[in-house]
Amino acid sequence: MACFLVPATEAVVTTIITKVVEAREKKAGVEHVSEAELKEVKTPFSKKMKWLNGLLWGGSVLLAFEHLWHGEITPFFPFLTAMADPAETADMLHEMATSGVAMAAVVTLVWGGVVIVSGVLEKRAAAEKEAEETQ
Amino acid sequence: MTLLITILAAVAATVIWYSGEKARKLHVGMLVCMFWGASLMWLVDAVVEFAEIRAEYFTPAPADMLNDAFLGFSVIALALVIWIVTVLIRDPNGVFKKRLKKN
Repeated sequence: MACFLVPATEAVVTTIITKVVEAREKKAGVEHVSEAELKEVKTPFSKKMKWLNGLLWGGSVLLAFEHLWHGEITPFFPFLTAMADPAETADMLHEMATSGVAMAAVVTLVWGGVVIVSGVLEKRAAAEKEAEETQ
Repeated sequence: MTLLITILAAVAATVIWYSGEKARKLHVGMLVCMFWGASLMWLVDAVVEFAEIRAEYFTPAPADMLNDAFLGFSVIALALVIWIVTVLIRDPNGVFKKRLKKN
């Protein structure tokens, strides 16, 4: 019905947070490098936030297309067909509160896992580099 | 069916992204994020549907399967269009910049 609106809203919030974090990192002199150079440098947190933004925006856009496909979104006001009938609106809100929130939570949890794994890999790479330098 | 097709697209995009610097320069990472994001969201949808209808979930009507497959391929086409437009706008190889300088 409109479950994709929850991850889309989260995407708006995380995009704003990313911009703030990026500005702070630039102020603090954190090195922003290209993907090719990232192998030897610690990935800035703003870059990791961009992974989450990509997952949320990408997923929301493709799900919005699915809703358009099923005739749940219209190009005219109120844009959601479920908004025309109060009973359907209640169902839509229920779906947003259950499926929508679960979607946003699952995407965020998976991203959290990826961030943890990348942190471990970075630490391992740094330790290997240090060991090479001491030899 | 849509979920399956999107997961296959996500795996293919990840393999392409992982296998070459050229692919990473061409923002294949964007496709990876789009497909995995949509796959995770549809996975939640599938779990919710399975909780409601149980085993019936695995025996869809042929017409529904065909429609879902059509939707899955359309989703891939949409993602590819978004990706190619982004690549052309960002112009990572500087093709347009070089052409504009020539003129």
